[in-house]
Amino acid sequence: MKKLFAIVLFAPLTLLAAETGARLDSSPHHATDLVSLQSGARTFVNYCLGCHGVQYVRYSGLKEIGLTEAQIRDNLMFTADKVGEPMKSTISAKDGKRWFGVPPPDLSVIARSRGADWLYTYLRTFYRDPKAASGWNNTVFPNVGMPHALWTLQGERTYDAKEHKWSEVTKGTQTPSEYDATVRDLVNFLVYVAEPSATSRKNIGIVVLFVLGILFILTYLLKLNYWKDVK
Amino acid sequence: MVSQMVSRLWGWFDARMPSVAQEWRKHASGYYAPKNFNFWYFFGALSMLVLVIQIVSGIFLTMNYKPDAALAFGSVEYIMRDVPGGWLIRYIHSTGASAFFLVVYLHMFRAMLYGSHRQPRELVWIFGVLIYLTLMGEAFFGYLLPWGQMSYWGAQVIVNLFGTIPFIGPDLAILIRGDYVVGDATLNRFFALHVIALPLVLLGLVAAHILALHDVGSNNPDGIEIKKHKGPDGHPLDGVPFHPYYTVKDTVGAVVFLAIFCFVLFFIPEMGGYFLEHNNFIPADPLKTPEHIAPVWYFTPYYSILRAVPPLFNSQFPGVAAMGIATMILFLLPWLDRSPVKSIRYRGPYYKWALGIFVAVFLLLGYLGVKPTTVWGQFGFDAFFLDTKDIATWVARVCTVLYFAFFILMPWYTAIDKVKPVPERTT
Repeated sequence: MKKLFAIVLFAPLTLLAAETGARLDSSPHHATDLVSLQSGARTFVNYCLGCHGVQYVRYSGLKEIGLTEAQIRDNLMFTADKVGEPMKSTISAKDGKRWFGVPPPDLSVIARSRGADWLYTYLRTFYRDPKAASGWNNTVFPNVGMPHALWTLQGERTYDAKEHKWSEVTKGTQTPSEYDATVRDLVNFLVYVAEPSATSRKNIGIVVLFVLGILFILTYLLKLNYWKDVK
Repeated sequence: MVSQMVSRLWGWFDARMPSVAQEWRKHASGYYAPKNFNFWYFFGALSMLVLVIQIVSGIFLTMNYKPDAALAFGSVEYIMRDVPGGWLIRYIHSTGASAFFLVVYLHMFRAMLYGSHRQPRELVWIFGVLIYLTLMGEAFFGYLLPWGQMSYWGAQVIVNLFGTIPFIGPDLAILIRGDYVVGDATLNRFFALHVIALPLVLLGLVAAHILALHDVGSNNPDGIEIKKHKGPDGHPLDGVPFHPYYTVKDTVGAVVFLAIFCFVLFFIPEMGGYFLEHNNFIPADPLKTPEHIAPVWYFTPYYSILRAVPPLFNSQFPGVAAMGIATMILFLLPWLDRSPVKSIRYRGPYYKWALGIFVAVFLLLGYLGVKPTTVWGQFGFDAFFLDTKDIATWVARVCTVLYFAFFILMPWYTAIDKVKPVPERTT
């Protein structure tokens, strides 16, 4: 019945890599940690922005995470001229499709569709797979088109799916705990760009609820006063 | 000095347009409402509040949104980031959509509790059901606009439902879409329907709903007519003028509602993926069907009914028909109910049980509608009558039968139910 339903409704359109429900590690990022956000921005620009844009974010928006315009211009802008420009990737969607099978998606709101835990786990679970086109595979996103962009930091590992066993092939430039921190900061940055207003939203919310609390007392007293003669 | 000027100005106005003061008297200061309204009576006024919230926030969204398949997704992110206060407007509107259904469902449940749909208020109920159906259309058209994966595939599924109608279906689906697949033409017409056509219908229906109500007067938790006992001044003894009594009381309700609304808006605007679905942050992609397509929570009871009904001759139409009838049957409620009393306070056990089961079934269908049919696993045995072994599908089928039984058996169980004596005056 379900199968038929799918066939009737989505006849010609069925293409999606099957994803397993792998267990996700909870991401230890802190949205208000500016040092972590800046470190994440650096990692993102150096390792991700080549293929993945965050086109809805402007370079100037990074002032919100405590950077000055000069710092942004000198350290983070490799392919743009003006700080007001959007953070676009350097490769075209067409090239991306030819090289990886699918164009690398824009990551502006990836943290809202995938969730921080998924990203934190995904970026730490790449392994060497000679059968994959890129030479890399991933436990939370099997047969992913993306190679391990951070492999120089983490090193190469292999994974035995039957035994759930990881083994190191070559060492990276970072220790496992340093690498976890790098990924944590990167995820923190992705969570930030997914909704830059998140922190101020909560701050405003506290004030709004406080005002409504006072308004409740006033309106309730008003109601009691009007209704006191109703028996 | 100032008050003198104001009263002279008002006098000038009133002499030229006395109908303003007349209408105010008719619908507010001189409209007598029962004095015993309880918690359940807040949701009518709150529905109006949410309607205003949606219209105002919608106007500001329209100023920045682009109804274009290539630009729509980006324009929503532009609103979220570059438009000053844009994120606030967008979250008000997205939270408001869910809040609208919540208050409307509670408002409808109130009618079922106290028999507000019963004679002489059948028209009030019919206008109300029309509002509910229009609201469903409004929500459906609006949900396409962010142009995310769920917007796209949700619209695809719903439009294809119309395509299953025998004979006219396929052409009807093309007429709705304006294309052979959901595309730019669909987005443009849904935008037009969402921002002007259905809001106009909605406003007209709300006006009719309230006028019809004020002609017959409000019901109350005792389900008795307050107009039967009038004082020497000609006003109901158990009534109070809507203004100022219920305007101040509803203001308290509005503040409490706004506090809950703002808590969601400012702290959990996605509501764990129920108000803003995770997949809708992926731009619409006609070549990539999401693994699991679920409508937003307020449609899921009916979506469950749709999935529960097995196809006939390879056609999904029976499910579509069941879903349609499940909403349309609400129109008949005033005539299905044969109880001599209106309020649940004086009804017997049959109606109380029926309503309790109905609510449980409605919630369960809603829950199953957001989950894949495999959520509860499969039966471990096989039998000739098992067309599917998914346990959840069979539970949904039982619930669907119970949903319809609530209505179809109502003339019987309300007629034989043992009722309690109804008081003359409100309690």
